[in-house]
Amino acid sequence: MKYLDEFRKKEPFQAILSKIKSLPLTEISLMEVCGTHTVSISKSGLRSLLPPGIRLISGPGCPVCVTSLEDVDRVIMLAEEGRKNKRYIIATFGDIMRVPGSHSSLLKEKAKGSDIHILYSPADALTLARENPEKEVVFFAVGFETTSPTFAATILQAQREGLSNFSIISNNKLIPPAMEVLLEDKETTIDGFLCPGHVSAIIGTAPYQRIVDRYQKGCVVSGFEPLDLILSTYWLMLQKRDTAPRVEIEYSRVVHPEGNAKALALLNQVYDIADASWRGFGVIPKSGLVLKDAFSAYDGTKKFDLPTPEVATPHGCRCGQVLKGMITPKECPLFATRCTPTNPVGACMVSSEGTCAAYYKYEQ
Amino acid sequence: MEDYILLGHGNGGKLTAELIETCFLPCFKDPVLNTLQDQALLEIENHRIAFTTDSFVVDPLFFPGGDIGKLAVCGTVNDLAVGGAVPRFLSVGFIIEENFPLEDLKKIARSFSRAADTAQVRIVTADTKVVEKGACDKLFINTSGIGTINEGIDFGSHKVAEGDAIILSGDIGDHGIAILSSRKGIAFETSVTSDCAPLNLLVHEMLPYAASIHAMRDPTRGGLGTILNEIVQQSGFGITVYEDALPLKEEVRGICELLGLDPLYLANEGKLIACVHPDGAKELLSAMKKNPLGKDACIIGHVTKEPPKKVVMETRVGGSRFIDMLVAEDLPRIC
Ligand code: SF4
Repeated sequence: MKYLDEFRKKEPFQAILSKIKSLPLTEISLMEVCGTHTVSISKSGLRSLLPPGIRLISGPGCPVCVTSLEDVDRVIMLAEEGRKNKRYIIATFGDIMRVPGSHSSLLKEKAKGSDIHILYSPADALTLARENPEKEVVFFAVGFETTSPTFAATILQAQREGLSNFSIISNNKLIPPAMEVLLEDKETTIDGFLCPGHVSAIIGTAPYQRIVDRYQKGCVVSGFEPLDLILSTYWLMLQKRDTAPRVEIEYSRVVHPEGNAKALALLNQVYDIADASWRGFGVIPKSGLVLKDAFSAYDGTKKFDLPTPEVATPHGCRCGQVLKGMITPKECPLFATRCTPTNPVGACMVSSEGTCAAYYKYEQ
Repeated sequence: MEDYILLGHGNGGKLTAELIETCFLPCFKDPVLNTLQDQALLEIENHRIAFTTDSFVVDPLFFPGGDIGKLAVCGTVNDLAVGGAVPRFLSVGFIIEENFPLEDLKKIARSFSRAADTAQVRIVTADTKVVEKGACDKLFINTSGIGTINEGIDFGSHKVAEGDAIILSGDIGDHGIAILSSRKGIAFETSVTSDCAPLNLLVHEMLPYAASIHAMRDPTRGGLGTILNEIVQQSGFGITVYEDALPLKEEVRGICELLGLDPLYLANEGKLIACVHPDGAKELLSAMKKNPLGKDACIIGHVTKEPPKKVVMETRVGGSRFIDMLVAEDLPRIC
């Protein structure tokens, strides 16, 4: 961990900042696609240091935030049913617990007595399944290319052990299709992308090359430290100045152009690509991961008769536009008034990686 | 406000504050309680007394660096000590779940008494209740404490002034990480142990400089971030903290990064912060450093006029951002 200190020092950071300030380019809109980037930018105060025309806008890179209301509602209903039949254990990552559904949240269901566990790793869900053979352990799987291989490995492990009381409800999604949707949208202005470091470590850079070729927008895969982010910003500005969009890897200590072959093989073995519903975006073709038929036994959406919820979108919430980078949270009239982290209206105010939460916590 | 109590209502952060304000304060309506300090300051026939109470539900009961018994003594002693009081007497109430191993209870009782000896307080009254299996989880403890306050000592947010130095007595986050490392389901190897300790031993060294101390608090659950916010809320001033200056073990920082935790919101059980007149800060700091509990003490920030009621962090790279109160329950049952 010590080596990270090098990326947090003031001097190299300030040196790049003054280079940015001396560029003739004064207007640029760059989207950081990843929620961890959003938090790091807010937390380091990076935005407060950049000239006003250099805009870093936050994108759809918080997996909890882009999970559709309907998908959240469905798991909440399953949790309710589990409280009645005493047979279901719902497992999930912490942040999704507080996401408001149409009428409740997993956290509220837990307070009422549903058996819901917050886990740090899908593998822990297998332990739960082994310890509770008379119950069904259902993992509400939310995440991008980074977490999906872990779910795939967990399913293969369950298969090897013959654990029949474990399943996942896959809300795993793919980032590049969402980036393309954003570029197709006439209402968004994006001059280039700070591409997600961890996701790219898995998928490599091929999907970004497509974006460069098709849309002539720069893509720089960035690390998460303040120095990474300012350097990537600088590179994207150089690309724009020279009208030479291309794929560059700033996060080269972790990311290789070809990605992680093992993880990709795991994904291919377990998942098919399917259309998926995103909060704020609607259905994006070929942007979701669903379990292959061979793994139906572990597919919660097939195993359980999941109800179709009556979705009630929170009134006035502009998460959709926030996720697309069309507005900043401060432009939402509910921000910091009716919508706060203690009383969140939309998912973007809940997740630790949510744009509204990051603005509220660090930049309000 | 939620219709049901959530775990977050007990984390010492925003939801707890909301619960206290909407559920308890309107019913209890006492001017002393309304000051919302860690201890009640009372005057009984010219004697100044500090009185406090705290309940302990930590899970697991035994953790690296301590156990619920030691914690129950230190927690209450510390609440008295940061009010400038000399802790004198403790009460203790045990709520025990049926079938709890007697051997463990004895171990906890011994640890409780050892901690009281170290803190030089007497355990003068006690109560025991046993509930049926499932009605509580293993063992809960409540302690109350009484301390005396010497003449001339008056700490509180009302005395905080612009320019005050914020002194922190040592590394943050150790208790939170020690608990987390021993939790079922997330256990990991670490050499970090809880900082659980009676702070009156440190405060004793600080009291000679009481004139320059304006306020003192212990950042327990809710962490440093939450306690700094409480101070700005109550005083009306702002606070600027320097990221560079925050003392933090390398290992704690590493674990926080891996697990996505913010050390500013991790619990401490043997740390205090003091808002000190700038002229007296150096002297006080060197006095603190002589005590093992304050050997890493340092100035982490200053009280500012602007922005009012906000805690700002000057980041390492020279940016600035806000520090908010803890919102979600990062970790339930840490104390
Ligand atoms: S501030 Fe709240 S209501 Fe507004 S967009 Fe964000 S989450 Fe939705």
